[in-house]
Amino acid sequence: MARAFTPKVITANDLLEGDVIYFTAQDTWTRDLSEAELITDEADAQLRLIEAEKQNIKIVGAYLADAKAGPNGPEPTHFREEFRRTGPSNYFHGKQEAEANV
Amino acid sequence: MYKYNEFDEAFLAERNAQFRAQVERRIDGSLTEEEFRPLRLMNGVYLQLHAYMLRVAIPYGTLNPNQMRALALLAEKWDKGYGHFTTRQNIQYNWPKLRDLPDMLDALGEVGLHAIQTSGNTIRNTTADHFAGAAADELTDPRPYAELIRQWSTDHPEFQFLGRKFKIAITGSDTDRAVIRAHDVGLQVVEKDGKLGFKVIVGGGLGRTPMIGQVLREFLPQADLLPYLEAVLTVYNVLGRRDNKYKARIKITVSENGIDTYRAMTEEAFLTIRGQYDGTDQQLLEEIKAHFQAPEFRSAPTDAFDTAYANDPVFRAWADTNLHAHRAEGHAIATISIKAHGATPGDASAEQIRVMADLAEQYGYGELRISHQQNVILPHVHKSDLPAIHAKLKEHGLATANLGLISDIIACPGMDYCNLATARSIPVAQEIATRFDELKLEHDIGHLQIKISGCINACGHHHVGHIGILGLDRAGVENYQITLGGDASENAAIGTRTGPGFAYDEIVPAVERIVETYLSVRENAEETFIETYRRVGMDPFKAALYPEAQKKVA
Repeated sequence: MARAFTPKVITANDLLEGDVIYFTAQDTWTRDLSEAELITDEADAQLRLIEAEKQNIKIVGAYLADAKAGPNGPEPTHFREEFRRTGPSNYFHGKQEAEANV
Repeated sequence: MYKYNEFDEAFLAERNAQFRAQVERRIDGSLTEEEFRPLRLMNGVYLQLHAYMLRVAIPYGTLNPNQMRALALLAEKWDKGYGHFTTRQNIQYNWPKLRDLPDMLDALGEVGLHAIQTSGNTIRNTTADHFAGAAADELTDPRPYAELIRQWSTDHPEFQFLGRKFKIAITGSDTDRAVIRAHDVGLQVVEKDGKLGFKVIVGGGLGRTPMIGQVLREFLPQADLLPYLEAVLTVYNVLGRRDNKYKARIKITVSENGIDTYRAMTEEAFLTIRGQYDGTDQQLLEEIKAHFQAPEFRSAPTDAFDTAYANDPVFRAWADTNLHAHRAEGHAIATISIKAHGATPGDASAEQIRVMADLAEQYGYGELRISHQQNVILPHVHKSDLPAIHAKLKEHGLATANLGLISDIIACPGMDYCNLATARSIPVAQEIATRFDELKLEHDIGHLQIKISGCINACGHHHVGHIGILGLDRAGVENYQITLGGDASENAAIGTRTGPGFAYDEIVPAVERIVETYLSVRENAEETFIETYRRVGMDPFKAALYPEAQKKVA
């Protein structure tokens, strides 16, 4: 039996900065996972990924990542995506640093 | 040390100009990522979890002070103020921007450094014994041969699209500090009937299928090095598998075909290839050797050293762990640990990198080495200068006296940075070092190598760690397997798994139980961890790690 579909977000890295970005419902890219589009319908997932990849001129390596709905928008379900949305654990660099500077 | 000639400079400048144009074409959309990716990888540019990463080769681990300062400049100007020394004599920058990368490569080019072939299915940076040219136990300096290999393999058209990456390591000593038995090809300079040549080892490697290399040739005359290597590579290109990435490394080729078949085919190819060499390579080798003349070691009393050693216990502790025997009278090899307890193994700030460059210039005959164990070495230091060096190191957090001890851990970047990682390595290393520092047991435990990888590709060399730790993803949770009894030396051995893995918060206590067991079963303080393990085997460690399982058996 096929595995049940779990909700997804589309994520990639920005071409110039190299940092982690997420695809929104408005076909734009955000640096904040909570602003990403949470795709709950399996039929939509591949279509949305094709839509995201149309912007390959400014992004790298778009893929569907598991996520779940949280009170403030999508949240990661796997620790890899948790690190991607936060930054490394040995220094306060990456997204955690960027957020602190807002 | 080797200084670029006009040809080298022109080649590198042209290559960097090509890459600059490739970056522009990617940005303006003329190149797709699929087209650009192999181009950037050939120039050491990866895209990792949070950012691009630039991997710069430090050929055979050797740097002069100006090159070292250029590494600091890159860290400060285009990165976050630090660089990460890797487990294969490279330095990595974790945060560059795509547009800055061509400028970074130009800045490196100005001091004779590059990132060519630090990625991709090519011959990678040839690594060498980090005490090369300095060690008391060395037959001869292996670095001229490594430089010859660098020049031969760089942009070699036949070896740009190998079945898989290809790593060569070389040493000139019986004491193997270059892990030559865990490389695709390992070379040891040896002497026979008064002539220099090489013992050639093939088919070693870690990763998914760890193997210890086998001897392909007991003695290869010096003049035959390049044609013979070319024969080894040619056979690999013919026999090596391209159908399955995980079976593509030469270790699989050798084990599937057998060492005898591989040897016979290599010797046959060698007969043809040798005829194509007209001796130009040997002329070049002689020119290269002239660059590696040892400095004129000075002669001076060592009173300053003796006084500090007798009176300053902090200096004495550092001298006891971080110095090694030098071939010249009154000199020592000083290793600078860049593994302060709780810090990231291999990371050095721009300021620290500059301090080390200055020390090399002032006291070290202008030479530095980078070890695969992620430390920095002043290979030639007169003992009388060591107290002043130590004082300067202390001011900059570089005087940690832990070389070869439990906190001198090799760790890959793991999931904090690496796209391939399945779990974190760095925080595990940090916590182990912090814990044993708190226990104040480190010097009592003595020589013990812990090596940590965050995935089965084994960049952290866990298979050859006395204690190896492998981080995996088990059902969405970090899980760490332990191996014991691995050895990276001339007695190379692959470690044995203890049993089921440990959760992230259980791994440090597990290591502690292993060490407690060692301390309780060792014959005396002189018996090292690996010696004890070889004597008593796995059982006492298993009993300590899995008390529940023991109860069930009983």
